[in-house]
Amino acid sequence: MHYYNVKDLVEEAEKRAVTIGRVVKEMEAENLEVPVEQVEERMLAQWLTMKESAEIGLSEPKKSMGGLIGGEGKKLNDYRLNNKTLAGQRMNKAVSRALAVAEVNASMGKIVAAPTAGSSGILPGVLLTVQEELNLDDRRIVDGLFTASGIGIIIAQKASISGAEGGCQAECGAAAAMAAAALVELAGGLPSQAGEACAIALKNVLGLICDPVAGLVEVPCAKRNALGASLALVSADMGLAGIKSVIPVDEVIVAMGEVGCSLPDSLRETAKGGLAATPTGRELAERFLGKF
Amino acid sequence: MREYSCFDILGPVMVGPSSSHTAGAVRLGRLARAIAGGVPKEAEIILHGSFSQTYRGHGTDLALIGGLLGFNTDDVRIRNSFAIANEKGLSFKFIPANLGEGFHPNTVRFFLISAEDEKLSITGASVGGGNVVITHINDNEIELKGDLPTLITTHHDIPGVISRVSGVLAEYKINIAFMRVFRKEKRKLAHMVVETDDKVNSAIINDILKLEPIVSVRSIEPV
Repeated sequence: MHYYNVKDLVEEAEKRAVTIGRVVKEMEAENLEVPVEQVEERMLAQWLTMKESAEIGLSEPKKSMGGLIGGEGKKLNDYRLNNKTLAGQRMNKAVSRALAVAEVNASMGKIVAAPTAGSSGILPGVLLTVQEELNLDDRRIVDGLFTASGIGIIIAQKASISGAEGGCQAECGAAAAMAAAALVELAGGLPSQAGEACAIALKNVLGLICDPVAGLVEVPCAKRNALGASLALVSADMGLAGIKSVIPVDEVIVAMGEVGCSLPDSLRETAKGGLAATPTGRELAERFLGKF
Repeated sequence: MREYSCFDILGPVMVGPSSSHTAGAVRLGRLARAIAGGVPKEAEIILHGSFSQTYRGHGTDLALIGGLLGFNTDDVRIRNSFAIANEKGLSFKFIPANLGEGFHPNTVRFFLISAEDEKLSITGASVGGGNVVITHINDNEIELKGDLPTLITTHHDIPGVISRVSGVLAEYKINIAFMRVFRKEKRKLAHMVVETDDKVNSAIINDILKLEPIVSVRSIEPV
């Protein structure tokens, strides 16, 4: 992709009165030297796999490989079906699916890394929910996935999308920011509002560490996917309301990258700090690994 | 700076839970299988570093066997690869060990007995995001990433071999993307790793085998 700033992407989309997703999609087709329909087809295939992973996670919950998680997505879904809930139906629907996909990942099921395997629940969680709630067809969601991937490319270029490099802010944080931008466009918001939503989501996870208990993609990863889904929805609403981020989105992304670099090694996927280093975290690791 | 595609960000489609410990492990298994020329009969698999610590929780062991069986990174049969290996007559065992300094934390060493009874030692690492590199075949240091069709030659280290091999490829209009030469001792046996943009068919390999200094050629499909 030729864009290095979210600002440029937003300006191009607004100049042409199209979505960010459309700009990104056309750019991808141009780079791969294939017709636009071909990249749409390929993205549709990713989307169908995402949907399938959410459905399987809710209908056939499995224990994770490390045995630390499993069934929480279904539990929240059952709760929301039988209760009024505090955060509302939409929110809990999205969060239960994000949890479910994270569980599918942790039990060696098939997922789409979005942008990573550890953060793979957020996009399917929120997109599947708005698809149902706003009655959108798969083609529209595919456009939203191009919006999300355009934002993800810029985050990867300016900062990082790897927990080992940037902590969880670079994985679940990036996924939430990507999802927030996509949600704004799917709800009919402006490209500039998508940019603001992206900034708001990312601001809220600055400093979020990667501290997997026993080194497994289970605790706290699944529940951070839940956080990412809820954050994406709230940030998208703020963007749609016309709220702006005082710090421009591209500066927020750079700040995220810099915060990531200044995180100590122990808080970047090494399982040596944070929750992994708590007494319970250590005990679980010892039980699982036989040594720590 | 690296140029990203949308499908680097939304993808790959893979069996979880980890791109480095699961998807990368599948690809290492697939490469080992390709080097062995098919599903081996026996596999003794040494796990080093982080692989030796967390392989069960990431299904690294299931993924490596799945790869040896030829599964793709998104194949849900990976979860059952041990049982499938038993059915297909692949016997295997895992040994967590320390290979020493200088090895990437996610390193695996396969000791294989191929279907043709060839004994092979293949070492490789999962270096992040599902990317892998094979660093040794037997005692020979090489570098093989498995993204492109690759030829590995064993040849006598004499002047002109490289140009003769590249000449054959040029005749068939095969473009060489990357090429590296490795040897342990001057004027003894050496290896060439040739990564190409296009698929190399058996006619081309036969022509390369006809070159006098060439002892053997392995053709590795991308994984």
